[in-house]
Amino acid sequence: MAEYTTHEHDVLVIGAGGAGLRAAIEASASGMDVAVVCKSLLGKAHTVMAEGGVAAALAHVDDRDSWKVHFADTMRGGQYINSWRMAELHAKEAPERVRELEAWGAVFDRTKDGRILQRNFGGHRYPRLAHVGDRTGLEMIRTLQDHGIHKGMKVYMEHTTIRLLKDGERVVGAFGYDRERGRFHLWKAKAVVLATGGIGRAYKITSNSWEYTGDGQSLAYHAGAELMDMEFVQFHPTGMVWPPSVRGILVTEGVRGEGGVLRNSEGRRFMFDDIPENYRSSTATDPEEGWRYVCGDKEARRPPELLTRDHVARCIRREVKAGRGSPHGGVFLDIAWIKEKIPSSAEHIKKKLPSMYHQFKALADIDITSEAMEVGPTTHYVMGGVRVDPDSQMSPTVPGLFAAGEVAAGLHGANRLGGNSLSDLIVFGKRAGEYAAKFAKEHGGGSINDREVQDIARWALAPFERDDRNNPYAVQHELQDLMQDLVGIVRTEDEMLKALAAIGELHKRAHQVGVSSNREYNPGWHTALDLDNLLTVSQAVTLSAIERKESRGGHFRDDFPDKNPEYSKFNTVLHKGADGQMQLRREPVKPLRDDLAVIVEQNK
Amino acid sequence: MSKKVTLRVWRGDKSGGDFHTYETTTEEGMVVLDVVHQVQAAQAPDLAVRWNCKAGKCGSCSAEINGVPRLMCMTRLSDLPEGEPISIEPILAFPVIKDLVTDVSWNFRVKERIKPFKPRKPDAPDGTWRMDQRDVDRVQEFRKCIECFLCQDVCHVLRDHAKHAEFIGPRFFVHAAALEMHPLDTEDRVGDLKDAYNIGYCNITKCCTNVCPEGITITDNAIIPLKERVVDRFYDPVKRLFRVFGG
Repeated sequence: MAEYTTHEHDVLVIGAGGAGLRAAIEASASGMDVAVVCKSLLGKAHTVMAEGGVAAALAHVDDRDSWKVHFADTMRGGQYINSWRMAELHAKEAPERVRELEAWGAVFDRTKDGRILQRNFGGHRYPRLAHVGDRTGLEMIRTLQDHGIHKGMKVYMEHTTIRLLKDGERVVGAFGYDRERGRFHLWKAKAVVLATGGIGRAYKITSNSWEYTGDGQSLAYHAGAELMDMEFVQFHPTGMVWPPSVRGILVTEGVRGEGGVLRNSEGRRFMFDDIPENYRSSTATDPEEGWRYVCGDKEARRPPELLTRDHVARCIRREVKAGRGSPHGGVFLDIAWIKEKIPSSAEHIKKKLPSMYHQFKALADIDITSEAMEVGPTTHYVMGGVRVDPDSQMSPTVPGLFAAGEVAAGLHGANRLGGNSLSDLIVFGKRAGEYAAKFAKEHGGGSINDREVQDIARWALAPFERDDRNNPYAVQHELQDLMQDLVGIVRTEDEMLKALAAIGELHKRAHQVGVSSNREYNPGWHTALDLDNLLTVSQAVTLSAIERKESRGGHFRDDFPDKNPEYSKFNTVLHKGADGQMQLRREPVKPLRDDLAVIVEQNK
Repeated sequence: MSKKVTLRVWRGDKSGGDFHTYETTTEEGMVVLDVVHQVQAAQAPDLAVRWNCKAGKCGSCSAEINGVPRLMCMTRLSDLPEGEPISIEPILAFPVIKDLVTDVSWNFRVKERIKPFKPRKPDAPDGTWRMDQRDVDRVQEFRKCIECFLCQDVCHVLRDHAKHAEFIGPRFFVHAAALEMHPLDTEDRVGDLKDAYNIGYCNITKCCTNVCPEGITITDNAIIPLKERVVDRFYDPVKRLFRVFGG
């Protein structure tokens, strides 16, 4: 019999990034006893990596901005298969959530009249991103952390959740282990909020940390929740490409927001060569107009470098494939050129983009104030995730299970706009916390099936019984290569079918991996247990991507390179069938509410 | 061009440990964390190491590399002496858990003791505030802190004298400074700085400033101004006179 410690709380939040902390703060504020379980130390979650800013229509820099324009921008960016209700709530509530951060101590950069400053970003019509240099995510997580620790929540740092527990249909807790001692823990709770982030570690080249192994998506799926839009993975156009060991590390879109331009090996600004029809009227026709836009000229339209991420990433890939790339297989991103335009540009760049300056200086020996960077696409974000009710963030199929932030689906549709992630975290983190607390108040605790718990514990300890020559890292690396090569930024049916078969094989091998030594802080064991999650989400991405025989947003099919209007009518939804197999269905997109349809039309 | 490198990694737990030697190959541009990961993946799957962002932004991978406290993800092999073994140990000011992972939970408990942010009443009817960029610049420097705790690791008061019970260390003087100098904050932490946090123990050797990966001028910009506030309030002879006669 495996031993475990039982903890009881009203609301259990899994994940301590922006969404998890915001949910925990909200649930605590309504008097609930809240536990936060997170894989890393508090304040280290991937939110710290967010750089550019948080999108909110505060209209401090351009008073033409409003929630309506933000809503329309989000829908256009998501190619109209977003949950329009989530997009509406997000655009309406983001400004209040940002102001609230200021009331909790966040220190954003300022306008001349002392209000929160906003910057330009891809796909946003007006300067909309509240920011702190290029370390906005750190500011957000630290603000939420420092506020949250005084609100009475209990934080279980360096604890990993491996299974959700149910009583009938309803979720009633979770089971996991602490990394330090490797001991098992059972958290009983009346409601559970998933805020575990994304799936980037399924790919070889990624901006994501080790934590991003699709835990929440996988936990939810195996507990009977549905996954939606999993084919939509965002490849951020600008990751570092050299040196090899830093490949994939993010280069903020803020570089382009501050005037950075993309050039190929011939020195050409290739983004001017391919401007999508639906963005033509809002894109600059020449470099001069683009620069005026960067400088805040309200008559000017944005430079094509600030088109949506999916499009910019594909243009970069095209240049590289055509042999016009940079020496290490990327293209050039140049911010140094602004010295032609402004005096003391070096100081300006260091002030606006301090961590980029530092990152390139320290890791690549590049001084971005005088030289161009080399950049290329990197796996960054998954638009898909757990299907939730847009207002409450609760899973329609698993009562008591909530999801917020990257782990949830809906807001971003086929492609997320930069800056809409940080705002997503606080808008829907708050909502998830609020509704989870409400659910917890209305429902008592459920009962836990000890036999089920023992089965999970046995499963978790099995790698110690097996031959440690079957190395978990090897399986993980093979999966990352496979997803990168076969289900990456450009996809075909043949390759994805191959991937699906290979994922099946890797699944078998994952159940044979062995680990040595003991349970105390043993990363080999942790990696072995993460494999199931990585494989589950990889299968989900691949199956959904095969189903969508068109190109839209983050999903690009070489064999179906165009958008197909038929495919704008549904979202792909996955669930675990009675036979344990992954089942896919097409969920019709709900028609836009009339008033929102008018807003979309007015902003076209 | 791949080269060979020898690592001497401290392995053990609170009951003791020693250096284990590993050989691995390197590629151009690699950092220490890369070779540690390589060893972990191929030779020592149970080698315990903390990391997250691998870009110097989360402050998880602090260690002592050739005896110098640094972030493993921001230490390039090319900056270390070529051809010599690289020694990697856990940071020494905190109890080891296993291998390169230490128990830094004390830091999280310390932060809970510091009085939180308490803003003044909003400046505008819509509940918002106005702040000048010049005023926020000062605290933004402190808010760059990634909580890697390298400054705590090198602070003599903690490392050599183990005054963890009485002293909060440079990280939390930076935190206190960020709150005290926040343009909106109205809380008073000066008494605590003197009596509960014992800022007087700091003898401004600037070891903390020297190791800060974020380049925060901890001593000059955070600690000394806080010391001045303490001196102004408690030791200013004129003010003391006023207190004596003012009652």
